[in-house]
Amino acid sequence: MSTATATHDGDHHDHGPAKGLMRWITTTNHKDIGTLYLLFALIMFFIGGAMALVIRAELFQPGMQVVDPQFFNSMTTVHALLMIFGAVMPAFTGLANWLIPMQIGAPDMALPRMNNFSFWILPFAFTLLLSTFFMSGGGPAGGWTLYPPLSLQMGDGFPFMIFAIHLAGISSIMGSINVIVTILNMRAPGMTLMKMPLFVWTWLITAYLLIATMPVLAGAVTMLLTDKFAGTSFFSAAGGGDPVMYQHIFWFFGHPEVYILILPAFGIISAIVPTFARKPLFGYSSMVYATASIAFLSFIVWAHHMFTVGMPVVGELFFMYATMMIAVPTGVKIFNWVSTMWKGSMTFETPMLFAIGFIMMFTIGGFSGLMLAIAPADFQYHDTYFVVAHFHYVLVTGAVYSIMAAAYFWLPKWTGNMYDEKLGRIHFWISTISVNVLFFPQHFLGLAGMPRRIPDYAVQFADWNMISSIGGFVFGLSQLMFVWIIFKTIRGGEKATDEVWEGAKGLEWTLSSPPPYHSFNVAPEVK
Amino acid sequence: MAELKNNVRAFVKIASVSVVMFGFGYLLVPLYDVFCEITGLNGKTGRVSEAEVAAGYQPDLQRKVTVQFVANNSVDMPWAFAPVRAAMQVHPGKLYAASYIAENHTGRRMIGQAVPSVSPIKASRYFNKTECFCFDQQPLEAGETKEMPLRFIVDPRLPEKIETLTLAYTLFDVTQQAVAN
Repeated sequence: MSTATATHDGDHHDHGPAKGLMRWITTTNHKDIGTLYLLFALIMFFIGGAMALVIRAELFQPGMQVVDPQFFNSMTTVHALLMIFGAVMPAFTGLANWLIPMQIGAPDMALPRMNNFSFWILPFAFTLLLSTFFMSGGGPAGGWTLYPPLSLQMGDGFPFMIFAIHLAGISSIMGSINVIVTILNMRAPGMTLMKMPLFVWTWLITAYLLIATMPVLAGAVTMLLTDKFAGTSFFSAAGGGDPVMYQHIFWFFGHPEVYILILPAFGIISAIVPTFARKPLFGYSSMVYATASIAFLSFIVWAHHMFTVGMPVVGELFFMYATMMIAVPTGVKIFNWVSTMWKGSMTFETPMLFAIGFIMMFTIGGFSGLMLAIAPADFQYHDTYFVVAHFHYVLVTGAVYSIMAAAYFWLPKWTGNMYDEKLGRIHFWISTISVNVLFFPQHFLGLAGMPRRIPDYAVQFADWNMISSIGGFVFGLSQLMFVWIIFKTIRGGEKATDEVWEGAKGLEWTLSSPPPYHSFNVAPEVK
Repeated sequence: MAELKNNVRAFVKIASVSVVMFGFGYLLVPLYDVFCEITGLNGKTGRVSEAEVAAGYQPDLQRKVTVQFVANNSVDMPWAFAPVRAAMQVHPGKLYAASYIAENHTGRRMIGQAVPSVSPIKASRYFNKTECFCFDQQPLEAGETKEMPLRFIVDPRLPEKIETLTLAYTLFDVTQQAVAN
């Protein structure tokens, strides 16, 4: 580890941030960039959330009331693109920026200038994407998976959307390279790989998934682009191509992407549960191996998204069993968290509430995923609201809940102020009740046969849709509380101690709250 | 500075992984084609020459298989397109002729391209053609009607279980692409 110490000799003198707006534009500080990522993700979360409310408003009653079908379809499409590429992924990257250097005892990220670029690409990417709404033909409306030939029928905005995806992809590849280099090169002396906090581990594996799969997505959308404008026929049967091939290439990216959206969440929960159970994490090394096996399996299960395209039975069986196998390492994680809580002296502050909410509801989403993995049954569930319910349980009450848990958990460390515990708990309970009112009925709708991505539906689905919409509006509006709590905490509040939480373990808790602008200029010794 | 060099070297290594994976995305295209050809996935049919047929196939007169013919138009293809006979009984190993009729009832010259697909998937490997209108683009003048032939042979190795084959053509309008080339 001689290389690691060299970092800390640094030619930096202790100086604070620059003043004014330019601080944020030119910053190379991991904490500033982390903050920028998190704020950006929050803004995207609200724009994407507003689109979800348009969807729920239209579905409140059968018949067409609020928007026209084309606009409705672009709402479902852009809602997904914003939430995946604009909210959840940047939020995790923001957390990585804030936490990884502090958790491994490094002064900053390894490639700070690139860190700045990778953030500042994002506002441009999403401005491009959202600008398509003002072009002839409107925003993308063929679903976020952009299946041809439907996606190729988009209007003038098509190349803008493709370039937006390219830019977002470049941004996350650069962010991932930074994470990998930081973790491999800049750990404090004594911080061996198997001593790293799980958030660092899960992000390391996520970063590898990103650099392996984002380029494949970039390739797939580039093929769409040349199919539309350069006369190639990768996906056009008339020219010898095959639209089903797009689905294979897309889901070769798409399934690892699903784990990109959830592995960092596993790391967050593995930090929070031991803190509030006041016990070390049960089965640390099995957690690491489980994460690695999930990452490996994610590359060989992609076709379970396309059981109905007409695959040979052997293919269906292979993808069915491979998919079910993922339940094993995931189950290991769930059992480890539960065992960590077993006989712990637990307290239930807001981060712990969100973490326990995550474990319960992510498991519901996991089980509905297992149901979908059953190839013969999937023919009934495919493209119904059952799928919508499934991935919202794993993404909203999974990924988003873990991000909120992380925000409550580390906000006192970042700002030096405690958040309002009472408001935090109210936020948790309103969110948890409303999110279940929102998504649980969608299981019933899907099983009864309501297809996804439609602006209107048969009247027998009316009741559950109305209930789901009510849940949607309560959940959406209650997130304003989250913003208010963050705002209030940044402004002031009860001072947080350095350790913040009684049971908190790890290097970041040895720093002051808020931590100095440049932390760990002298490398800490890890025993 | 040694540290910076280390980081840059790591950056180059990892970035090249992304570049390779971008290439891999494109590599999936030929891989997919090869995979489909080997497994017969997607109902892609084979092409054989008359000479191969004469040399390599023994007609199996004991066995009869039904071949059904289906015609589809892609979304913006206005031609009328249909098989002359909806189905026929054939002996595996024997060469047969069939045909489709297309009519361009628009007021302009158009070029069509038919794309075949055989189901069940398992049978597609055993369905071969010596001649087919789908091998070439088909230009039709305004108002022209054309009978388009194909000659096919069902491989006698076709699994016993399969008694019916469906040959489906989808007709695409490729006028613009053809003009562009």
